[in-house]
Amino acid sequence: MNQSLGYIFLNACLINNFVFAYFLGICPFLGVSNKLDTATRMGGAVSFVMLVSSMCAFGIHHFLLAIGAPFLQLIAFIVVIASTVQLVEMIIKRFSPVLFRALGIFLPLITTNCAILGLALFQTQKGYNFLECLVYALGAGAGFTLALLLMAGLREELDITDVPHVARGTAIVLMVAGLLSLIFMGFAGLGG
Amino acid sequence: MTNNANVAQPPPSADIFIKGLWRENPVFVQVLGMCPVLAVSNSALNALSMGLATCFVLVMSSTLVSSLRNFIPKQVRIATYILIIATFVTVAEYLIQAISIELHKSLGAFISLIVVNCMILGRAEAFASKNTVPRAMWDALGMGLGFTLALLCLGGVREILGNGSFFGISLFGSRFEPWIVMILPGGGFFTLGAWLLLFSWIKQRRTAREGLS
Repeated sequence: MNQSLGYIFLNACLINNFVFAYFLGICPFLGVSNKLDTATRMGGAVSFVMLVSSMCAFGIHHFLLAIGAPFLQLIAFIVVIASTVQLVEMIIKRFSPVLFRALGIFLPLITTNCAILGLALFQTQKGYNFLECLVYALGAGAGFTLALLLMAGLREELDITDVPHVARGTAIVLMVAGLLSLIFMGFAGLGG
Repeated sequence: MTNNANVAQPPPSADIFIKGLWRENPVFVQVLGMCPVLAVSNSALNALSMGLATCFVLVMSSTLVSSLRNFIPKQVRIATYILIIATFVTVAEYLIQAISIELHKSLGAFISLIVVNCMILGRAEAFASKNTVPRAMWDALGMGLGFTLALLCLGGVREILGNGSFFGISLFGSRFEPWIVMILPGGGFFTLGAWLLLFSWIKQRRTAREGLS
């Protein structure tokens, strides 16, 4: 486990992009990627929650190992993520009402975003230390935001093109996502 | 959530079961629970076991949610549902590990990720919390099997084209050149997109025919 921090970031962001390689967070990816504006906000909110819940998950994992109850891991993670989201919501509401209004419904929805729980599970599986966890969370958040922005940009273009009637809606979006996923495979070479 | 809902409800009918299989199929019609659908459908066996695991969690949690529906306070219901689901997912994970270590390895973190499958939480909130236990069980079974069926449709196509086999049995002999792209992540998106295209085409033709007659 002597990977450099830069590699961990690149790995989470591009090579193993959470959306295109692991298929995590597909629901918000398909749901809120129709406008660039909302996609940016959603990406920001998810990245922030990822960072906070990654730190919490690190603490919890070591605490559960210490008391010898690893079977509680999943339940503890999901409870922590749900309460982190609630906490983040309260803090943002208190200190920046403008941002709170901008994020709107997206904040509570993040609880059921599998990318967050996936991040917590993967970092535990890979045995990262605290600093590596932080970088991994940052990279995953950046990768998710990137995927969302790319998709939103493409869908804004799709709206004004002449798509066959049968393919309108989810089908064409999935095809585009497949192409993007193939493009992201090109980054695999970066890992060496 | 009051008791008067219990009196008026008819016993479970076949319709509750069948709508999950076809008319309201969670994957093809409602487009819910996409993450595991795309991630583990690279072979028919993975798809089948993931579908059955999800089905198990869905049926168990729907039953429990439905039987506790008059005791769960409204304000904390979502948190309670997630806790119930997480408990059954942990059970399912240890079960799979006990049955086959290999399967557990190939499904990886996606067994744990059943917790955040929006389909399960959706059924708990939309159906189980308002219906009697037998109806909730019947509905969950239909939805779970519909989900499994959809996973098999994807996993089957991806394995046949990407690997030339079905459930590990070689179909085309050694001269078949596998389409590697189907096994890769991109293939998941393409296959699901193609299925949705097919259903949308069938639907369009049916409405066109009804319009003529």
